Amino acid sequence: MSKEIKPKRRDFLFTATYTIGAVGLGSAIWPLVHQMNPDSSVKALLTTEVDISNVEVGKTITVLWRGKPIFIKRRTPKEIEEAAKVDLKDLKDPQKDSDRAKNPEWLVMVGVCTHLGCVPLGDKGEFKGWFCPCHGSHYDSSGRIRKGPAPKNLEIPKYEFVDSNTIKIG
Amino acid sequence: MNETKYIPKSKLGQWLDSRLPLLTLSHHLQSYPTPKNLNYWWTFGGILTFCLITQIITGLVLAMHYVAHVDHAFQSIEHIMRDVNYGWLIRYVHANGASMFFLAVYIHIFRSLFYGSYKTPREVIWIIGLIIYILMMATAFMGYVLPWGQMSFWGATVITNLFSAIPLIGESITTWLWGGYSVDNPTLNRFYSLHYLLPFLTFGLVILHIWALHVPGNNNPIGIDVKKNNNETMPFHPYMVMKDIFALLVFIAVFLWFVFFAPNVLGHPDNYIEANPLVTPAHIVPEWYLLPFYAILRAIPSKLGGVIFMFAAIFILMLLPWLDTSKVRSAVFRPIYKKLFWVLVFTVILLGYLGAKPPEGIYLILSRVATAYYFIHFLILLPMLGRYEKTDPLPMSISDPVLDKPGVLDKFKKVASKYEGENVSSFK
Repeated sequence: MSKEIKPKRRDFLFTATYTIGAVGLGSAIWPLVHQMNPDSSVKALLTTEVDISNVEVGKTITVLWRGKPIFIKRRTPKEIEEAAKVDLKDLKDPQKDSDRAKNPEWLVMVGVCTHLGCVPLGDKGEFKGWFCPCHGSHYDSSGRIRKGPAPKNLEIPKYEFVDSNTIKIG
Repeated sequence: MNETKYIPKSKLGQWLDSRLPLLTLSHHLQSYPTPKNLNYWWTFGGILTFCLITQIITGLVLAMHYVAHVDHAFQSIEHIMRDVNYGWLIRYVHANGASMFFLAVYIHIFRSLFYGSYKTPREVIWIIGLIIYILMMATAFMGYVLPWGQMSFWGATVITNLFSAIPLIGESITTWLWGGYSVDNPTLNRFYSLHYLLPFLTFGLVILHIWALHVPGNNNPIGIDVKKNNNETMPFHPYMVMKDIFALLVFIAVFLWFVFFAPNVLGHPDNYIEANPLVTPAHIVPEWYLLPFYAILRAIPSKLGGVIFMFAAIFILMLLPWLDTSKVRSAVFRPIYKKLFWVLVFTVILLGYLGAKPPEGIYLILSRVATAYYFIHFLILLPMLGRYEKTDPLPMSISDPVLDKPGVLDKFKKVASKYEGENVSSFK
């Protein structure tokens, strides 16, 4: 053990060759892997503007953004109140309602269950919010996960009010 | 291989064989020694090869008419069903062929479990077989997406979302798999490409599977090693070939019953509705052959946990040759294992049933019990049995269990005496 093994010139050449080979192979494989990521035409569709002037109180409209449904719900005062007074300790993924809705009247969420991607049904479930029929996740009137296998609240996309009647998603 | 060196008779044959030993290979495949006590459970290897070839041929033909684009896929399937000459037949054979393929592979796998075919020296055959099984599931899943019906779309969504459970990189992986931010046209396109590729990889693995089988030779219902030079084996051709062909014909009869009389009974009616990313069907179910794993996925009340257990249920089988520590292969001589085998069969069928039911109430409780038992069987019961089970004595030869029965030899001699003069001496 005490005998020191001195690297030879040949060892250096082998290591250098393997390294260059690995870099070359890696750079040849990367384009083949990366071509599967979203392409430019997919990325070009990243924002959608929605006219919300016709949505009545208590109704939800569903629009498509990046191929996913977006729920835009005009909540009733009662729903807003209920969502606000939930104790954060009761939540699996604690989040205040005020952090989820810029304007409490309008709830804008990605309508995709955070479990395995089904579209939850509105006005259903044990918490008067959404219910996912695939594997039984219950969301409340703020779209927060309350019961079932889903790990997270319904996702809030990036959005802004362009004017009082238009929301820009993305 | 163990046979004597083969030399082709003709000059041309010798010329070819010394350059590429195809004739030697063909001779080996024909004279390959098989244990003479193989029963009909051993015919499913041949049946599975038939299934794979049927899928490749019908798939090749369907690809001539199918269009992998979200705007045309659903229509092109209807085009195949209504306009293409015999398109309905070819598509129904392909769709039901997938189910028949899985039916056969499950029988084949349970055959191995009962007779201990995965045990030394056949571990590599077993592992290659499991890789084939996993490839089959991937291929079947992607094939089911191609018609772009509601079940196609939402099945694809649920299964690809399994990967989003992986911490940190999960989201990037699903985006990469989709080629976008949801299941869409890029996803359909790549699934089509891979659905075409995987069967050929499977075919390559089947060759390795058979190659690995031909090194130690077949296991057999008694599970003891066969003495090759002691009249305990028969050449594969014509003896096993004939038996395989008979079993295959019976299997084809069942297959065609589905194709002609119940072509949609194994499918889901929702897949005749075109995919709609805004509406999830009330009740998503995978194809029947994936249901046991789906039940395990839903039994665990955590996203990552469910995914881990589901994959573990498959990969645990890879460790089976080492989890089952019993030296005795065949369940025939393992009184306790024989019972546990049937309990496992029941558990898997129960999980399949539960996978088709909504995940609530008694169904959820039963799924959890069955999932727990599935893992207990492999991780606790099998290793313990190897230590504590008292196995029955093994016969010295595969002939003994037949010849040792009282009166068998007398009966045999009596039959033989009828054929006096016709080579009786060779019977003894």
